[in-house]
Amino acid sequence: MKTLRDTWLVFRRHVLLLTRSPLSILLGVAQPVVYMALFAPLLKPALSSMGADSMTDAYRIYVPGMLVALALGGGLYVGFGLLGELASGVIERARVTPVSRAALLLGRALRDVVVLVVQAVIIVVLAMPLGLFVHVTDLLLAYALLALITLSSSAISYGIALKVSDPNALGQVVNNIAQPLMLLSGTLLPLALAPLWLRRISDWNPFSRAVVGMRALFAGHAGDASVWQSLALMAGVALLALAWSARLFARSVR
Amino acid sequence: MIETRGLRKSFRTGRRRKATTVEAVAGLDLTVGEGEIFGFLGPNGAGKTTTLRMLATLLPPDGGEAVVAGADLRTAQAAVRRSIGYVAQGGGTWDDVTAREELVLQARMYGIGRAEAHSRAEAALDAFDLTAYADRHCRTYSGGQRRRVDIALGVIHRPKVLFLDEPTSGLDPQSRAHMWDEIRRLRTGGMTVFLTTHYLDEADALCDRIAIIDGGGIVADGTPAELKRGIDGEVVTVEVAEHAAKAAEVLAQQDCVRSAELRDEGDLRLSVDAGETAMPRIMRALADVGVELTTIELHRPTLDDVFLARTGRSLRES
Repeated sequence: MKTLRDTWLVFRRHVLLLTRSPLSILLGVAQPVVYMALFAPLLKPALSSMGADSMTDAYRIYVPGMLVALALGGGLYVGFGLLGELASGVIERARVTPVSRAALLLGRALRDVVVLVVQAVIIVVLAMPLGLFVHVTDLLLAYALLALITLSSSAISYGIALKVSDPNALGQVVNNIAQPLMLLSGTLLPLALAPLWLRRISDWNPFSRAVVGMRALFAGHAGDASVWQSLALMAGVALLALAWSARLFARSVR
Repeated sequence: MIETRGLRKSFRTGRRRKATTVEAVAGLDLTVGEGEIFGFLGPNGAGKTTTLRMLATLLPPDGGEAVVAGADLRTAQAAVRRSIGYVAQGGGTWDDVTAREELVLQARMYGIGRAEAHSRAEAALDAFDLTAYADRHCRTYSGGQRRRVDIALGVIHRPKVLFLDEPTSGLDPQSRAHMWDEIRRLRTGGMTVFLTTHYLDEADALCDRIAIIDGGGIVADGTPAELKRGIDGEVVTVEVAEHAAKAAEVLAQQDCVRSAELRDEGDLRLSVDAGETAMPRIMRALADVGVELTTIELHRPTLDDVFLARTGRSLRES
């Protein structure tokens, strides 16, 4: 109960901070939007072998992958913010209070989810005039999946940040984790195009399952087994990641 | 209010084989009474901040024991946290929120309800003279204003003990004086204040009692007056136009003079107990024997002299 109340308190503070610098959210969508406008058109001919006959089909394959990449990539970099706050003293100020240690981390991770969902809404809205069409219920499920992915990736990032505690080292570690994870998730091009050995490896990557689930939702197949499977899988990953980093946080900040 | 026995903390620096252990705090015994302004005076790296962070539950001690506001630091951290406030040297506010928002959040983090948090924030803004800037973002504050916000945040839950790490470091003289008044006001309200400083004048003017710390251990403690009295008393130097030897002889016989030493030509160094009452008597004694006085000067020992006497170094140099 106390943890929930404190999480809400920390979350509200960080949402307040977001509203004070909304530019950071917009800057985060700039790159995906550019990709969508300049890269996705190349996909229609490239994906024709997978049955993409129109731009709608191309976007239905590309946008969900890109959203997962955004959730994964954006989330993995939130650790920098935590290191900044540790250096500035705001976390120390919270630590001398009886506030729940887990809440300090959970509130931040939920803020990261809000950032990602807002960005995802912007991207989907911008993709609509380009030919993307998704059902509202499918889209809501897709956002739920993105939220779980973001919880996982940001919790992992916080955990790494606490482990390395140095911004330079954090950048390198995160890069080395993010790149293979994204390449092995088929975020840019579907792994159906990949050779067998690559597909075998990516089968072990939970985020690759998430991309498959996302694509099913964007294709309007909410009943597809990959949807509930990816939701359940990402919920598990998110729980594990949060438990790990919250424990690390509680221990390192006492 | 605070009692420590053999409090220890060491840090490992460097990596792997080059790692060395630095003893930051080496067996600290200290007692701070209720309602005291207690000052921890020492050079940078003496272990002041480490001690403060241990007592504020931010850093686990390696050994020793401590009781803060009646709660055991090792076993009852939650109870310690409820009765202490802590203000770090660098403060800790977000740039893009207002002082009012920060104060409300801080109160809420102590579990205080929403309405009560708002009224406490209002009262704190008023008490710390911040009402005029209450709704401006913290990034716009001057150093002194920011420091007052930090301290207001530290006392929003009305703690019994307030820890202040270098509260006036980097402030201009006017803001420093203002900050001293704030700290005295907190003590008047019954709070115990434990602060660290490397300013001699701050330890002297503000603190009821001080402990001088160097190399992780306490080298002296007491009231500033006791500490200064402990070393060589006060010194009056007198310069006379002529008959210096006779003057020295006469003055050495005075009750108020402990010893008189004739240094250069016409220059006398007198060790006295209480300079302000000794000076008129010295002047009268010299007038009685017809020796003309050119200059007379009183030197009081400073805390730096105390530090020098105990460590062999000057605090200004270290």
